[in-house]
Amino acid sequence: MSAKRMNLREKYQRMTRDLAWKPSYQSEDDIFPQAKYEGIIIHDWDKWEDPFRLTVDAYWKYQAEKERKLYAIIEAFAQNNAQLNVTDARYINSLKLFLTGVTPLEYAAHRGFAMSGRNFPGAGPQVSSQFQSIDELRHAQTQIHTISQYNKYFNGFHDWRHMHDRVWYLSVPKSFFDDAMSAGPFEFVTAISFSFEYVLTNLLFMPFMSGAAYNDDMATVTFGFSAQSDESRHMTLGLEVIKFMLEQDERNVPIVQKWIDKWFWRGYRLLALVSMMMDYMLPKRVMSWQEAWEMYFEENGGALFEDLARYGIRMPKYWEVSVKEKNRLSHEVWSIFYNYGHAAAIHTWLPDENEMAWLSEKYPETFDKYYRPRFDHWRKHHQEHGRWYNNTLPMLCQTCQIPMAFTEPDDPTQICYRSSEYKGMQYHFCSDGCKDIFDDEPEKFVQAWLPVHQIYQGNCGGASVPEVLEWYHLKHGQDNLEYLDSQDRANWLRWKGLTEQAEAVLQKAANE
Amino acid sequence: MSNNVFLALQNNEEARPLIEAIEQDNAEAIVRHFPAMVKIDCPGRLVVKRETVEALIGRDWDPQEIHVNLISLSGNVEEDDDSFALVRNR
Amino acid sequence: MAVKATWDYRGEPKDTEDKFHGNQLVYVGWDQHLMFCAPHCVPLPPDMPFGALVKEVLPGMYDSHPDWSQIDWDRVEWLVDSKPFQPDMDKGLRDQGIGHKSVIRFRTPGLDGIAGAAS
Repeated sequence: MSAKRMNLREKYQRMTRDLAWKPSYQSEDDIFPQAKYEGIIIHDWDKWEDPFRLTVDAYWKYQAEKERKLYAIIEAFAQNNAQLNVTDARYINSLKLFLTGVTPLEYAAHRGFAMSGRNFPGAGPQVSSQFQSIDELRHAQTQIHTISQYNKYFNGFHDWRHMHDRVWYLSVPKSFFDDAMSAGPFEFVTAISFSFEYVLTNLLFMPFMSGAAYNDDMATVTFGFSAQSDESRHMTLGLEVIKFMLEQDERNVPIVQKWIDKWFWRGYRLLALVSMMMDYMLPKRVMSWQEAWEMYFEENGGALFEDLARYGIRMPKYWEVSVKEKNRLSHEVWSIFYNYGHAAAIHTWLPDENEMAWLSEKYPETFDKYYRPRFDHWRKHHQEHGRWYNNTLPMLCQTCQIPMAFTEPDDPTQICYRSSEYKGMQYHFCSDGCKDIFDDEPEKFVQAWLPVHQIYQGNCGGASVPEVLEWYHLKHGQDNLEYLDSQDRANWLRWKGLTEQAEAVLQKAANE
Repeated sequence: MSNNVFLALQNNEEARPLIEAIEQDNAEAIVRHFPAMVKIDCPGRLVVKRETVEALIGRDWDPQEIHVNLISLSGNVEEDDDSFALVRNR
Repeated sequence: MAVKATWDYRGEPKDTEDKFHGNQLVYVGWDQHLMFCAPHCVPLPPDMPFGALVKEVLPGMYDSHPDWSQIDWDRVEWLVDSKPFQPDMDKGLRDQGIGHKSVIRFRTPGLDGIAGAAS
């Protein structure tokens, strides 16, 4: 006789919860030493509900199918030299930013979820964390594999792992994840699964991958959506973790709210890099940062937090600042990269006339008034005196580590300065959000490895830009500087049959 | 404020019958096409029914197969052997 | 506790003054001139006279801006660590209260950046 087929619920019970056991000769507290110190109180781990009820057999089946689909496309992409079909070589710089800034975070997430899976006492979150840990490793691998095709044709992809640990703006994503991983398991999943993946990740992957599709980069679309299909499960884990903590004990509510406040702000600051990618780095734009923020945060995030209101959870602190900043964020951030493009692992450029018109249309209240004059001036400077760079290092925010370029919530003409004193030393911040995070855990953030300060301490290869670039493993004149005068552009023109223009670019670059 | 849930699927052959099934079973669903992606918003609740999908594709379909073409979602997930649903708890 | 940890954890501050080879860090910002995307950070000798900062350090930072040559230095308004400040050009930085990681801001009334748009 054949055994009755188990339904989804039974199968999930058998293959997750039933695999766990009660320890007999060691105490639970010794086995799970990080389970209680964050102050989260859990009465019954069996109350954990995994809405997806995914078991390991189904997991491998679906993941294998995703991989097969992805690799078929990656191979076709390479065989067809499809890197030549993207809209414009400027687009490639968003992939450089992705590989150096985001892919190492996927790997960090792989480690982080392995640790949270180890540290949660309940079988439900152990299994979910384990799947996610494997997912994240897959994401890192598929991204490296897909983007390796571009490394054969464009500069700046050669040593992304090394750069992630050293290059000034990459300390922003790196320190974000280090902060999460050095917290306890509950804060880690609140930070990554809920605040980042559930509330904010749509703003990374959806515009990025739609942007890749718009710019004819099918390989990136495919790895992106393949990774994103796991993300739905991760987002659901994030929401489940929050609901579980809130339902277990009302004393958990203020702790969870504090984490939501912190990690919303940290994630939002990290996404500033995505805002400039959307508005400045895609030759064909999908939607503006402002539109994306309205669609994915204000609308969907708003609905989510209304859902959570019955547990006593409110919108993250300073969310209204993010709304005030939405029509200036990308312009302020692109200005940072234009200022310091001589020390970056990407090329930078000014938007052309059509792109400026798009920016005026998308940002009617701010672009023409505040940013167009700056770009016009820079363009004139480039034509008459050569490319303008800022030759003094910037002041950084102690928490998010981004140069202090953000303006007062109610005044786009005034840099926002905030500071705190701790044990006799001053610390500076770009915003109230970043200041609050420091003030809550100063012993953590006094240790921030701020790239500018590290250069002045003499820890980054030397005091001059070329020495620091060498320490970053960046080749001056090849991986950095203005796009218009770059080898990437010259090669692109040559591949498009525009040999004379290519020679002119190289000639100009040699003279500068 | 919006009460919408949403589901985003890859814009490919496998997702097309899913989108059709969603349109059949969710009168208020709004389907929007983006490059390589389809985003479906629906007030309050959105459901993908196994029976409807199976009728469209002419073979057995397990609601967990949705993972292969899923890009993103918003809302509380309710999954069993016969359907995959997203709901707002209000 | 000033950090959530499983023991009485204390962080080691990374940027104490002794690590900067006899210098102190000073931050400088020119208000309403956001062509320079953020304030600057420089290591300076604590006994550097304020006048030397103005004559020798600031031009290297800012003289590429069209407003720079038009500054009337008698009308410049200074802020140190968010408070109005009257610099003594001959006195050293430290001796007039500008310490490690102090912020010096200056405003140039009438000069509001490129096209008057704070750039």
